[in-house]
Amino acid sequence: MTKLLAILFASVLVNNYTLVKFLGICPFLGVSKKVDQATGMGIAVIFVMLVATAATWPIQTFLLDRFNLGYLQTIVFILVIAALVQFVEIVLKKYLPALHKSLGIYLPLITTNCAVLGVTINNMTDGYNFLTSMVSSLGCGLGFLLAMVLFAGVRSRVEEAIPPKPFSGIPITLISASIVSLAFYGFAGIVTNIFG
Amino acid sequence: MSILTATILVGVIGLVCALILVIASHYMAVKVNETELAIRACLPGANCGACGYSGCDGYAAALAADSTIAANLCRPGGAEAAEKIAAALGVTASVADPVSAYVRCSGDCNARGQICHYEGVQTCSAAKLLFGGGSACTFGCLGYGSCVAVCPNNAICIENDIAHIDPRRCVGCGLCAKACPNKVITLIPAKNQSVVTCSSQLKGPKVKAACKVGCIGCTKCAKVCPAGAVTIENNLARVDPEKCTGCGVCVDNCPTGAIRAYEF
Repeated sequence: MTKLLAILFASVLVNNYTLVKFLGICPFLGVSKKVDQATGMGIAVIFVMLVATAATWPIQTFLLDRFNLGYLQTIVFILVIAALVQFVEIVLKKYLPALHKSLGIYLPLITTNCAVLGVTINNMTDGYNFLTSMVSSLGCGLGFLLAMVLFAGVRSRVEEAIPPKPFSGIPITLISASIVSLAFYGFAGIVTNIFG
Repeated sequence: MSILTATILVGVIGLVCALILVIASHYMAVKVNETELAIRACLPGANCGACGYSGCDGYAAALAADSTIAANLCRPGGAEAAEKIAAALGVTASVADPVSAYVRCSGDCNARGQICHYEGVQTCSAAKLLFGGGSACTFGCLGYGSCVAVCPNNAICIENDIAHIDPRRCVGCGLCAKACPNKVITLIPAKNQSVVTCSSQLKGPKVKAACKVGCIGCTKCAKVCPAGAVTIENNLARVDPEKCTGCGVCVDNCPTGAIRAYEF
């Protein structure tokens, strides 16, 4: 139990995919203009990460590893995740139209998101079993949501300010992103101190 | 040998994924309401929200689901869209009168006084919170462009610290009127008429001290109007657009130039 909690906290704060590992920067910069959009995107990412891990873990363990085809990991994972997200979108559209309306526009964006691919591959590299993989994916998704919402809040304040001309727009956004990222480096070591 | 296994494995996984998707899209296809699509095609796609629904798609869905909803709510589409929607729904349309947004303030930086230099957050509502911005008149246009930001058609521009609306581009959705913290922008019928371009409710001398082109409430316009369309409320002239014939007598007689001819 302590190990699961440690994995969860580590993936939310210490190894935050966006702010520490710099994966999924594209949606992080693209959809973080408004807090509600950032929340929608974050929840969709959590969902996709969980589903993707649930599908790729058995494929890696029972197919790729058995036939010594570990080098096919990236291509097979992309294939499976992309098809899965499409399938989930069709199912949502049919049975849960309300959820599809709120998450639907983000799902195709996430299809081959590097954060999703990164989570599934890192779960394998770290040698997690199915349960710990799922917990780690949940943590990574929550970490992404946290980063998105935090940064959307920061960004809404930055948008109000008037930076010097050369800094306005994307440059000031990147600078504020790097400061938020620096803040997350402060979490390094916290997990070993709490759970260690 | 290993290349064969690899190819077969990836091929099989791809095939399984494709099969699942094909079956899913076949059995779980969502029926699209054809009326909704037809209505959506009639709407201009400005997504301005003037109809009260979340964009054109929302309005089309609502119309297709409930035929008692009025078909003439689309301001940008106007009479043309209303007739097309009515045809798609099989009902007769009653057309809403076209309206246009108008800035009831003409006190630009040359006409009105400054009491201070505002350097805060450059939005109208922020300026309004901080003692009404830098202008000497607290009723007029603040000029930080909150209306410009919401206009879906780029019909508004800020010139000399005051908003101007291009009537040819304005679709009358009223988003700017909602965004203006001073309620300076109002919707008026899109026809030739005389309009009061001031919102100040202060008494004459105070208006004069703050702005050269404000309405001082002298009642001259009310006296000369042949149609009886002008009234004075709270030291501010008001032209009833229903009665106004657009003759322009009030415009010629206004001592400060606060009443202007609106040419649509």
